[in-house]
Amino acid sequence: MHAIDFERARDAGHAVQLAQQGNTKFIGGGTNLLDLMKGGVEQPIKLVDITRIGLADIVELPGGGLRIGALARNSDTANHPLVRSRYPLLSQALLSGASPQLRNMATVGGNLLQRPRCPYFTDTAFSMCNKRLPGSGCAARDGYNRMHAILGASEACIAVNPSDMNVALTALEATVQVMGPGGARAMPIAGFLRLPGDTPQTEHVLQPAELITSVDLPAPAFTANTFYLKVRDRSSYAFALVSAAVALEISGGTVRQARIALGGVAHKPWRVPAAEALLVGQPVSEARARQAAAKLVEGARAFKENRFKIDMAQRAVVSALRRAGEIA
Amino acid sequence: MLVFGVADALTQQDARIPLAASIWKETMSIEPFLEHPPGDEDDATGGLTRRGFLQSAVAAATATHLPLVNAAETPPAPAAPSFPPRPVKLDINGKPYALMLEPRVTLLDALREYAGLTGSKKGCDRGQCGACTVLVNGRRVNSCLSLAIMHEGDQITTIEGIAQGEQLAPIQAAFVEHDAFQCGYCTPGQICSAVACMDEMRAGAASAASPDVRIKVVAFSDEEIRERMSGNLCRCGAYNNIVAAVRATSKA
Repeated sequence: MHAIDFERARDAGHAVQLAQQGNTKFIGGGTNLLDLMKGGVEQPIKLVDITRIGLADIVELPGGGLRIGALARNSDTANHPLVRSRYPLLSQALLSGASPQLRNMATVGGNLLQRPRCPYFTDTAFSMCNKRLPGSGCAARDGYNRMHAILGASEACIAVNPSDMNVALTALEATVQVMGPGGARAMPIAGFLRLPGDTPQTEHVLQPAELITSVDLPAPAFTANTFYLKVRDRSSYAFALVSAAVALEISGGTVRQARIALGGVAHKPWRVPAAEALLVGQPVSEARARQAAAKLVEGARAFKENRFKIDMAQRAVVSALRRAGEIA
Repeated sequence: MLVFGVADALTQQDARIPLAASIWKETMSIEPFLEHPPGDEDDATGGLTRRGFLQSAVAAATATHLPLVNAAETPPAPAAPSFPPRPVKLDINGKPYALMLEPRVTLLDALREYAGLTGSKKGCDRGQCGACTVLVNGRRVNSCLSLAIMHEGDQITTIEGIAQGEQLAPIQAAFVEHDAFQCGYCTPGQICSAVACMDEMRAGAASAASPDVRIKVVAFSDEEIRERMSGNLCRCGAYNNIVAAVRATSKA
């Protein structure tokens, strides 16, 4: 790893101030950043340690929501009594990602910013990657693209968001709270994460020196009928080929509200409100689940190695709906 | 990968027995820790140390790959800024260590190269194999993906701190009893991981194998053990015996 400068931030304001120097990055858990630095993909000159600025608590919000501090570790979040009892979808998604060791280190803020695992991005031996070297081209389009996007990809980039947590947070309509040199702002996760378009260099809309302070969840509408289904090449400790986070609000046998987010298929978790609407106002049924799944992948475009994902994503959605709706 | 390759090459030679004995010693750590300078932690045998041999073998293997690496798009290195070592105080296995470390030094490298504690192993060095697992304030982490400088004030426990003096910890004895390793390279990480794994199960922590995260009771099933130990790879494939060792210890 290249030589780096290092400074410990005292609090969030201090962290933001320190990060205004050029080529500086925050370090929390470090599990993704140090990995990328070892490979030469990330080359900050200075790291600002934000692990001693607080922001690790998980507290109830007025109105029944939950605030998860950006520095809360993935394992602590997954096992927090309020997350397990009120947002089991989030707990399940977190526990399906990485390993216990990594979850003990990784923070919620860092997980939001996880960078894609496209091998053409993570290995500097490849000369073409618009994400790493803007304008150099996308080697994945004609390369080994089994793990890549089937939805929302661009000419410039076909990488997928690797986070399981982000898929659950998208289904739960989480809000990302941020503070920076220009003050604080909040945005829905769907607006925080972005599709690659012509500028695949970033996966989010954070400005330089902006710090994620928390992830806020709305009051729990989905506790009884949720499921996170992850399909991968081995049964643990692997990234998703596809995943489906589904959350249903059912009363009197009828679906009142439905959320479905797909992971492993796009540069950010994929939601289609029209697909969710197909489920509302009636009992959960296999037939409706299939229609919703088909609607979700409408417009999907496969590459040479990943055609299987179009079917797999739909089967994952149907299967997750079956589990969440308890029609198994 | 490289390290495993070198170990494979070694076992094909007559070095099998000394290698196994040496790994056993490091793994089980029944020898009291000796204070000595970094880089001097091997028993010299006829001028060639196992460690020295491994290092030169790795260097040789790396050298053979140089043309490939150079063929890639590696820009000429500009004059990189340097950031000198600074004092870092670490608490490792209950002992204070005052080290001089550059900020980029990982916890794993600090343990092995600066504190002389070579029990924690470097497998992938990228958080994918678990060989470097240590406990930080009782929680298992990959020491390869953590900066040492960020652990001032933490209590770090490595494989050297798992036994009580000469007395093996129950999980160590169970690894012996259940034949839970072959080459032994992943074993220090497996054992540190297992210690925390059992603590987590006793505390009722959920896993991806738990049928319902809303329920706090955790079954100590093989399925749970497998899922919870999945962060530690074993290239020899001793998984069944590792699960048996953790199962036996968690039920004891």
